Amino acid sequence: MDPLLRIVDLHKSFGALEVLKGVSIEVERGEKLSIIGPSGSGKTTLLRCVNYLEKPTSGHVWVDGTLIGERQVNGRFVHLSDRELARERAEIGFVFQRFNLFPHLTALDNVSVAPRRVLGVPRPAAEEQAMAMLEKVGLAHKAGEYPERLSGGQQQRVAIARVLAMQPKLMLFDEATSALDPELIGEVLKVMRELADEGRTMLIVTHEIQFAAEVSDRVIFMDGGQIVEEGPPEQIFTAPKHERTRTFLRQILER
Amino acid sequence: MIEFWTKFWQWLPEILPVLWFATGMTVRVTLGALVVALALGLVVALMRISPLRSLRWIALLYTDVLRGTPALVQLFIIYFGLSDLGLEFDPVSAAIVGLGINGAAYVGEIYRAGIEAIHKGQMEAALSLGMTPLKAMRFIVLPQAVRIMLPPLCNYAILLVKDTAIISTIAAPEIMFEARRLVQATFMHSISGQIYLLCAVFYLALTLPLSHVAKRLERARQRWH
Repeated sequence: MDPLLRIVDLHKSFGALEVLKGVSIEVERGEKLSIIGPSGSGKTTLLRCVNYLEKPTSGHVWVDGTLIGERQVNGRFVHLSDRELARERAEIGFVFQRFNLFPHLTALDNVSVAPRRVLGVPRPAAEEQAMAMLEKVGLAHKAGEYPERLSGGQQQRVAIARVLAMQPKLMLFDEATSALDPELIGEVLKVMRELADEGRTMLIVTHEIQFAAEVSDRVIFMDGGQIVEEGPPEQIFTAPKHERTRTFLRQILER
Repeated sequence: MIEFWTKFWQWLPEILPVLWFATGMTVRVTLGALVVALALGLVVALMRISPLRSLRWIALLYTDVLRGTPALVQLFIIYFGLSDLGLEFDPVSAAIVGLGINGAAYVGEIYRAGIEAIHKGQMEAALSLGMTPLKAMRFIVLPQAVRIMLPPLCNYAILLVKDTAIISTIAAPEIMFEARRLVQATFMHSISGQIYLLCAVFYLALTLPLSHVAKRLERARQRWH
């Protein structure tokens, strides 16, 4: 069977700055893949290219066999319309570093707004499902609260519930705990660990080495817009082959 | 001096109903122009933030030209200029269209500033959930931006009430037009000062509540953020 996610020779430049220099990754169904690497290594840009928040300069992305953001017409790649792109994005969940909850909506509405407005689910059904998702992240009792009344950890858990409500095939986590106070990281990682245990396909950009070691099936180390090294977590974290990987891990662990 | 005021009080029963009805016209023109400005301004704002360079350029040109020329000139172009081309407006319609088109340039900027004040993460989150840019705008960005836009929109409405005075030049029967007609009647000429003072009172009766609302909205906005 095809891999669920296939990234082929992805390049991305911002002006003269080349952030991604040809990255290819395959992620199998149910696989948990963590991407680690120093800031500026292109991890976040890579993730943003997967659901076309950034348009790749070249290279292509397939999710479940569907080409993302483009269509092939007579062998040429043509960009999709807003509507077609939106339909593809609806199947890819993205968890942001800064949560990006909608401040004018309650936790419940944050979770139910996309099923209602994108999938056309009637309000009562959408709210019932949203409630179940909030339950799942342990925040059913906060359904009526606005984001500003929630802690960072709670906000991120609502953001995860918001993604789950769309029943995505693939979940992308962009440093989901980096903006959190240390004491709030655990509750978010706990939710992510549960999702991993459910067999979801997850692509996780993270600085949490311990977490990555525990949940990932495979780890990629990126530096300078390229994949330096990849392998099972025990190999990457205990016996990295490359000096750059060793240096990075030493810096992270010394913090 | 005293005799002028005596005369004024004497004539007041004649003056008041005239200005009262004229105020109705001022309100009507203000509301009409406001609706045009709010609707057209949204088009201008969406063009300003469009990914298409040509649309952005047209909207910028519109904004610069309409803010860079006197509203009176624009009004004359619409009322006298277009009638030469066979497009006849009655004074009131011309006033509503003219002030509305002019206002769209200002309102468009208010919208744009409001939309741009919303963190881009909001749009990105909405897009990543599968909303089209238009849906993201409608359900996520605009509801937040409106809170930022309301106080300056209210201030714009105050300016608009006062700007309706210029439409007296194309004989739209609003407060200033009627006041000048009263004054032109020879027997009231000597109390023109008093009549214009009364006009100011009528304008204030319209603008003071608005500025009160603007102040409350401003305070409410500071609570939200």
